[in-house]
Amino acid sequence: MKSLKELEEIKQRTLDSVNLRKERTGGTRVVVGMATCGIAAGARPVLLAFLEEVKKRNLGDVTVSQTGCIGVCRLEPMVEVTRPGEEKVTYVKMTADKVKRVVAEHIVNGHVVTEYTIGAAE
Amino acid sequence: MEDISLHLLDLAQNSIAAGATLVEFYIRELLKEGCMWLKIRDNGKGMDEHQLNQVSDPFYTTRTSRKVGLGIPLFRASAEATGGSLQVMSRKHEGTTLLALFYTRHIDCLPLGRPEETLATLIFLNPEVNFVYNHETPGRQFRFDTREAREILGKVNIADPIVVDWIREYIRNGIEELNGGA
Repeated sequence: MKSLKELEEIKQRTLDSVNLRKERTGGTRVVVGMATCGIAAGARPVLLAFLEEVKKRNLGDVTVSQTGCIGVCRLEPMVEVTRPGEEKVTYVKMTADKVKRVVAEHIVNGHVVTEYTIGAAE
Repeated sequence: MEDISLHLLDLAQNSIAAGATLVEFYIRELLKEGCMWLKIRDNGKGMDEHQLNQVSDPFYTTRTSRKVGLGIPLFRASAEATGGSLQVMSRKHEGTTLLALFYTRHIDCLPLGRPEETLATLIFLNPEVNFVYNHETPGRQFRFDTREAREILGKVNIADPIVVDWIREYIRNGIEELNGGA
């Protein structure tokens, strides 16, 4: 049985890692479409995959947020990635596996995964 | 929607769009009776009688304020497909409560899915909102309240990925024990 008391330990661990990542600001923004259409198409595992990657790679300068329906529901789950000083890139029909690649290649190394973008899908 | 927990995520997003600072989920599984009650209660801005009457109409949405769209009609359809029902109760400026009944032995009943992933998603995306998850099976209860977690966390952000990950595991574990696990 897990106990809420374990949170004390988590708190300490978090405080340590927050100190490490304090220096970096103005980082990459990730926006996931979380309207009814997005959720029905699989936005939840996509969002949680970003959470997992951010945690695993300690990407303190990446912010993940949500948006509503963009109007292209058939291409959901959609994700917008904006690296500082660069154009927004829209990824479509995302999955948890695709997220891993987008994080590794685009967010960390700066190479857009062209085959997943809205341009490739249209 | 593939499962009930995805409906809960979608409906909670409505609550948050309506300005709710507290969203509560109550799930009660009555195994002998073969049914499950789900209640989602928020303290958002609520709806007046006119909006309430239109709330199950899929062609009705306030769009600009993003209050209601397909979410409630889809949830109602999922409940009714099992022979169950959905009640929507609301008062302007006080909040909205949805109460759904699902007959779980019906072949069209959706699985509950992964409520822990819904809660993790909601907490991660809405760190300023509080959530209660209360799940009961005959003789057992599991309850998680973000306000209690915040008290322990102090100035640590509840939406920190490490914290959210722990909360997800905590809820998953709690649900597993409700179903007679470890």
